[in-house]
Amino acid sequence: MTKVCIIYDKVRFEEKALFDKAAEKGLQAQLVDAKTVTVSTDSRPGDLALGDVVMQRSVSHYRGLYLTSCLEFLDYPVINRFQVAETCGNKLVTSLVLAKNNIPTPKTQFAFSAEQAMELIQKTGLPLVLKPIVGSWGRGVFPLRDEETASMIIEMREENDSPLSRIYYVQEMIDRPPRDIRCIVVGDRVVTAIYRYSAESEWRTNVARGGKAELAPITKELEDMALKAAKAVGGGILGVDLMEDKARGLVVHEVNNTVEFRGAATVSTTDIPGAMIDYAARKARK
Amino acid sequence: MKKECQECGAEINIPEDAVVGEIVTCPDCGGDFEIATKTADKVELKPAETVGEDWGQ
Repeated sequence: MTKVCIIYDKVRFEEKALFDKAAEKGLQAQLVDAKTVTVSTDSRPGDLALGDVVMQRSVSHYRGLYLTSCLEFLDYPVINRFQVAETCGNKLVTSLVLAKNNIPTPKTQFAFSAEQAMELIQKTGLPLVLKPIVGSWGRGVFPLRDEETASMIIEMREENDSPLSRIYYVQEMIDRPPRDIRCIVVGDRVVTAIYRYSAESEWRTNVARGGKAELAPITKELEDMALKAAKAVGGGILGVDLMEDKARGLVVHEVNNTVEFRGAATVSTTDIPGAMIDYAARKARK
Repeated sequence: MKKECQECGAEINIPEDAVVGEIVTCPDCGGDFEIATKTADKVELKPAETVGEDWGQ
């Protein structure tokens, strides 16, 4: 019987849904707390009892990322792979990968000092969007609408202790409806697509920010672009986020590695955790 | 099952289907706790990790 290991550091709706679905499909499932696992350079495949396939679901990006690296060292198939998690966990790297693969993506500029960040903001003109390169749920994402505010936010970022806060990711502000599209990609299939509408008095569309979900039609164009983006970052179980640019049509702005689907599950008719578990079973060691 | 909040002493309701690793929140003080162990008649809580800069998808 295939054993699926779901690694978590905090059990959310998604981890419970995956665990229940695996059991329902007759697989042996276990939930393992990432905070309890240790690995060494002397560890050998088989030292840890983590089943035939691991679904990395840690909410902490770095914890999930480096534990995945250790588990791949022990020859576990991990969803998603380290390289995929590393690309998707970093917005700068993701943008570069999307651009390199000719996937329409918002124009994004990078600066490595406050001075250069301000200079490119002045040169480009406002509005623009400043995003942290690591982190999510929309935290630290600022719409820059006037120069004074922009300068203050850059100053704040300079004073932050994190070295990552001094890498500046400045994106064009897309003229879009008050929503974006989240596609949940599992392997080579878009299992569901939802519109995410911003909550009232909120510009960001994240469900974590109170955004509301509504089922979106999976058009051929949307499907092709989401699958292309998923493939570009290395494939697996991914959340591809797109915006509807009034001028250019669909653009991909983000690919999420540990995709949350609570919002999508409330409106989708597709069995999202079921598709994920089937994919994991296919990736399991035989 | 009920559990006393380690911060303020209020009563936290632990849902029947809650599993180890899940977070429960105190209705009074808003403190978050992780379910450390759970058996049919006993549940242990520990303070949950605070939200990290790298949390989320």
